[in-house]
Amino acid sequence: MTALNRIPIAERDVQEEKLPLLQVRGLRTCFESHYGSVTAVNELDLTVYPGEVLALVGESGCGKSVTAMSLMRLVEAPGRIESGQISFDGRDLLTLSTQEMTELRGAEIAMIFQQPKGSLNPVKRIGSQIAEQFERRRGMPHAKAWKLAVGLLERVGIPGAAEKAKAYPHQLSGGQAQRVMTAIALALEPRLLIADEPTTALDVTVQAQILRLLTERCRSHQTALILVTHDLGVVAQVADRVAVMYAGRIVEEAPVETLFANPSHPYTRGLLNAIPRGNHYSESRLEEIPGTVPVLGRNPEGCGFADRCQASYAGRLNQCSTQTPPTTRIAQGHTTRCWIYHSGDAQ
Amino acid sequence: MVYYIIHRILIAIPVILGILLLTFFIKAAIPTDAVTALYEGQVTEGEAAEAIANIRAKYHLDKPWYQQFVIYVSDVARGDLGESIRTRQPVMDEIGYRYVNTLLLTFSALAIGVSVGVLSGVLAAYYKDTWIDVTATTFSLFGISIPAFFFGLVLILVFSVWLRWIPVIGSGWQGLILPAFCLGLIEAAPLSRIARSAMLDVLGRDYIRAARAKGMRESTVLFRHALPNALLAVVTIIGLQVGNLLGGAFIIEVIFGWHGIGELAVQAIQWRDFTITQAVILVGAGTYVLVNLIVDILYAWIDPRINLGT
Ligand SMILES: Nc1ncnc2c1ncn2[C@@H]1O[C@H](COP(=O)(O)OP(=O)(O)OP(=O)(O)O)[C@@H](O)[C@H]1O
Ligand SMILES: [Mg+2]
Repeated sequence: MTALNRIPIAERDVQEEKLPLLQVRGLRTCFESHYGSVTAVNELDLTVYPGEVLALVGESGCGKSVTAMSLMRLVEAPGRIESGQISFDGRDLLTLSTQEMTELRGAEIAMIFQQPKGSLNPVKRIGSQIAEQFERRRGMPHAKAWKLAVGLLERVGIPGAAEKAKAYPHQLSGGQAQRVMTAIALALEPRLLIADEPTTALDVTVQAQILRLLTERCRSHQTALILVTHDLGVVAQVADRVAVMYAGRIVEEAPVETLFANPSHPYTRGLLNAIPRGNHYSESRLEEIPGTVPVLGRNPEGCGFADRCQASYAGRLNQCSTQTPPTTRIAQGHTTRCWIYHSGDAQ
Repeated sequence: MVYYIIHRILIAIPVILGILLLTFFIKAAIPTDAVTALYEGQVTEGEAAEAIANIRAKYHLDKPWYQQFVIYVSDVARGDLGESIRTRQPVMDEIGYRYVNTLLLTFSALAIGVSVGVLSGVLAAYYKDTWIDVTATTFSLFGISIPAFFFGLVLILVFSVWLRWIPVIGSGWQGLILPAFCLGLIEAAPLSRIARSAMLDVLGRDYIRAARAKGMRESTVLFRHALPNALLAVVTIIGLQVGNLLGGAFIIEVIFGWHGIGELAVQAIQWRDFTITQAVILVGAGTYVLVNLIVDILYAWIDPRINLGT
């Protein structure tokens, strides 16, 4: 696979001094059902700096998409954001009015969805699905907006963009649909991009092209990218920092080299062990740790990973299954949520 | 698109031939012998035999049925629907202006039905489980279960007898208001339900969430992104409902004294005027086929996924 440009570590360290673009504190999103409440996102903290790529990884159902939706305030009933703060550029998104939030979406924070085909309106030409943002958000006349849309399609690598703009979504391949979604997300030059598994359904070449498109944008426009993915190969290639999510919580967060060199949380270790050795990261998936993801919300106390944890031993087990471990800082920019690293009195 | 339209028209031709065949055989189904009906009370016993023979020849009744059918079809194609047995006037003269009246009534009703039905369905879906939804659902349940004639009588009672806003039998547009609303509101009921369920389906789709993520206003999301998709289901139903609408129009015309083909049909049946009955059925069925043709074309126009090449 094509290697993607990565900025050297020295340069990245400077980011610590930048002001964060997004700062999430104690975010909690629940779904009500007949069987009770399911906490899909729990006590979630997340910080994103301008121009960086933060990978959000975790196995299916751990709450990555719900986190992404929460950041956009697009969680739909029966889901609800219960508590927390989402501070974007100094403003708490959870206190904005509906109107203010609508104005912010697309223009400040944009999203690329997990299902590119399903996310395009089947009865609207793709050109107008891009152009409508210029028309409705920027008050541009149709002809001018259409021209900009065609320009964007060219930039995301759609051949024959002028003609293709007139096509309907069903006439696109999966890769083309994902490019169109990307063009839609980039249209209003947002400062934060949230990409929910943007490349899952695509073949390796197209996947690399789309990822390059996104990361180049981060470098050139100082756009921040939250990249939700299953794929540790992708993480190794493009991420600056990684947040590992398990059962609704972030269990470990670290710069990408640190995470691969020195994984601390037993879950992260399990993930990395599940990877075949060598550089064939792209084939690896996360679901290979024995045991199953716990049913969310059933066991609000204790560490969600306790049942599957290889590190849990007699002395710890009690605590592991009765008390949720706090977030512990183990190195510069490296935090983890595990009792092993929490020596009672420390921090 | 042109190719698609031609294709649809070609498919409609055998259907129209079938209708012609059916109306042609209506004569046979009418209990009174056609020739007797023609001559009832007009000739004496003695003249009868010769006259009947003449008449049979004049109306080609002496020829085998398939020849009669060919003659019938070519007459219809020339716009000759025969003459009324009762008035001896060309059926075309009688049916022409009445057909216009019926179209006026059904299309006003359709306009009312579609706007009320679709709007209430859309709002019911958007405000699901609120009082708006409950109200819309209750009214549509009423609309579906109340027979047209009863609803018509209620409207007359309320607006003409009690409130005296509109004369019972009005003329011109005044006469159109009550029957059009009566038929339109009844038509709105099933459309509202279809629109609601189609909208509920569409509102749960990923592209609606994507439209919100683009920062589209709720009204834009609802009417520009969701509604066009939901309309696909509604348009199909409209085509099927036109049959109901025409059937309903017949009853409504009689109740409100609206001079359309429905009223004519009821009179014609009473007078055993089979040429008129035949013509009314032909025109009604032809309209149904035509409307469904238009609906098919409309559907292809809204939904880009339909392959127009076939
Ligand atoms: N509409 C919903 N109703 C009820 N529960 C939901 C709903 N959406 C999500 N959840 C709950 O939230 C949890 C997290 O779902 P989410 O879609 O965020 O997972 P994910 O990490 O994105 O998984 P994947 O990798 O498969 O996309 C699910 O396990 C489910 O229990
Ligand atoms: Mg997901």
